Amino acid sequence: MSGVTALPVGDDALLVEVASGVQAQALHAELLRRRAEGSLTVREIVPAARTVLLDGLADPARLASELAAADVPAAPPHARELVELRVRYDGPDLAEVAAHWGVSVGEAVRIHAGTEFTVAFCGFAPGFGYLTGLPARYGVPRRATPRTAVPAGAVALAGPYTGVYPRSSPGGWQLIGTTEAVLWDHTRVPAALLSPGTRVRFVPAGDE
Amino acid sequence: MTDRALVVVRAGALTTVQDRGRPGYAHLGVPRSGALDPHAAALVNRLAGNPAAAAVLETTVDGCALRPRSTVTVAVGGAPCPVTVGGRPAAWGAPVVVPAGELLEVGTAVLGLRSYVAVSGGIAVEPVLGSRSRDLLSGLGPPPLADGVVLPLGAPAGPPARVDAAPQPGVPDELVLRVTLGPRDDWFTAGALRTLTTRAYRVSPAGNRIGLRTEGPALERARDGELPSEGMVLGAVQVPPDGRPVVFLADHPTTGGYPVIAVVRAADLPAAAQAVPGTPVRFVAAGRR
Repeated sequence: MSGVTALPVGDDALLVEVASGVQAQALHAELLRRRAEGSLTVREIVPAARTVLLDGLADPARLASELAAADVPAAPPHARELVELRVRYDGPDLAEVAAHWGVSVGEAVRIHAGTEFTVAFCGFAPGFGYLTGLPARYGVPRRATPRTAVPAGAVALAGPYTGVYPRSSPGGWQLIGTTEAVLWDHTRVPAALLSPGTRVRFVPAGDE
Repeated sequence: MTDRALVVVRAGALTTVQDRGRPGYAHLGVPRSGALDPHAAALVNRLAGNPAAAAVLETTVDGCALRPRSTVTVAVGGAPCPVTVGGRPAAWGAPVVVPAGELLEVGTAVLGLRSYVAVSGGIAVEPVLGSRSRDLLSGLGPPPLADGVVLPLGAPAGPPARVDAAPQPGVPDELVLRVTLGPRDDWFTAGALRTLTTRAYRVSPAGNRIGLRTEGPALERARDGELPSEGMVLGAVQVPPDGRPVVFLADHPTTGGYPVIAVVRAADLPAAAQAVPGTPVRFVAAGRR
C-alpha cells in the first residue's frame, strides 16, 4: 500500500502510519483479517486516528517490509454490525454546536441523527469510542474549560469525533445529548458496546 | 471448616491486588495493568507455592498488616522491608507460615518502593476481563485495600518452595534505562535527543502506576502542533508540553497525543517501579535488538 510508513516502537512493536483515518480503518480491518486467518501473531492491534499499533510482535522488521509491499484495500469492508443508540438531544452545548455549524438546533439534530458513524478507535476510558462520519465542516473545538463531571451516557462532540461517555468522568467535549445505552459493562460479553469498526446510528428519542 | 480469607488490618498508603494484568484489550481503551515489578511478583508466588498467575498484593512505601483467618504460607519480596508475624521478626524473601488469627506486618520499605506479598492460594477476588489487577487509570479490578476489608483466598495449589532465602535484585542507587529512539524522535531537536541520552534526570515524586515522571532538562520540540492520538506501549517515553519525559508503566493510557521520543527496554522497567523520588535517572541509547 503506497503511503504506509511502519515506524519501529521499542523492540517488539510497530506503529503503522497511513495518510487518512479511512485508510487507518481499512488497514485495521485488514490486520484483523490476517490475525483471524492465522498469518499474523500479535498481542495487541490498536487503531487510532492515522495509525495502527501492533504490539507484541516476534519479528517487527520483517512485518514492516511486508506491509510496505502489501496491497491494503482502500476502504474498510462494511460488514460490521450496526448499533443504534437512542438519544435525547438535550445536551447543554447543543445550541452552541448548532451556532458553530451555522444551522438551527433542529437542523443540527437532523444532521447528527442522519449520519452513519464508524468507531475509528477507542481510548480515554474503557469503551469510549471515537466515532467518525460527520463531514469535516462540522468539526467543533473542545470546550475552553473542561467540565469536572460529565454524566455517563453523555453524547459529545470534539474535533471531527462524536463520543459517548461510558461512565461519569471529567471531560472537555461539547455535550449534545444523552443516551441510556450501557456503553461498558465488564460483566457483559462483550464488555464494550462499541469497538473499532462498529457502525453506529443515533436515533432521536420519540422517532423510533 | 477453614475460612480462607485475609482481614486487612492496616491497608497502607496504597496497596492493590495485582497479577499479570489484562493484555489484549488495548483496542477497547483498557490498560494492561498488572504488577509493576513482575519478577518480584512471580518470585513471591513461587515461594508461597502459587502458580505464576496468582494474584498478590503490591504495597507502596509503607507496607500493610494482614490477619489470615486460616493458617497460610506467605512470602514478601520486591522492596526489602521488615516482616513480623505475631510481633516476632520473620524472614523477608522466603516462605513464612502465618498461623490462623496471627498478625502479619509488612513494614516500611528500607529500599525501593513496592513490596509484594503472596499468600498461599492467591487473592481470589472476582476477576475482571480475566485479571484481578487494580488498574488505577480506568478503575477496573478490586479497589485499593482499605482497613477492615476482607479478601477471599483461593485453595493452595502446591507446597511452598523449600528455600531459606531467594536472591532478588538489589535496588540500584541510579536508575539506568536503556532506550531505543522513536517512534516520534523526529518531533524533537537534535539537541533534545542529545539531552535525553546524556543529561541527568531525577525521579519525580509525582509518579504513580501510570507513569514514572522525571525532573530535569526540558526536551525541545522541533515541530509544533498536535499529534493525532496514537497507540501507546509499555515503556514509552512520552514528552508532555512541559518537556519532562514520562515513562509509561503498567496502567498507562492505551492511546495518547503527546509524542513518544523513545521506548525503554522492558527488562529495565521493574527497576523503574522501585525507584524512589529523587533517584538519579540516566536514559542510555541502545540499539534495536
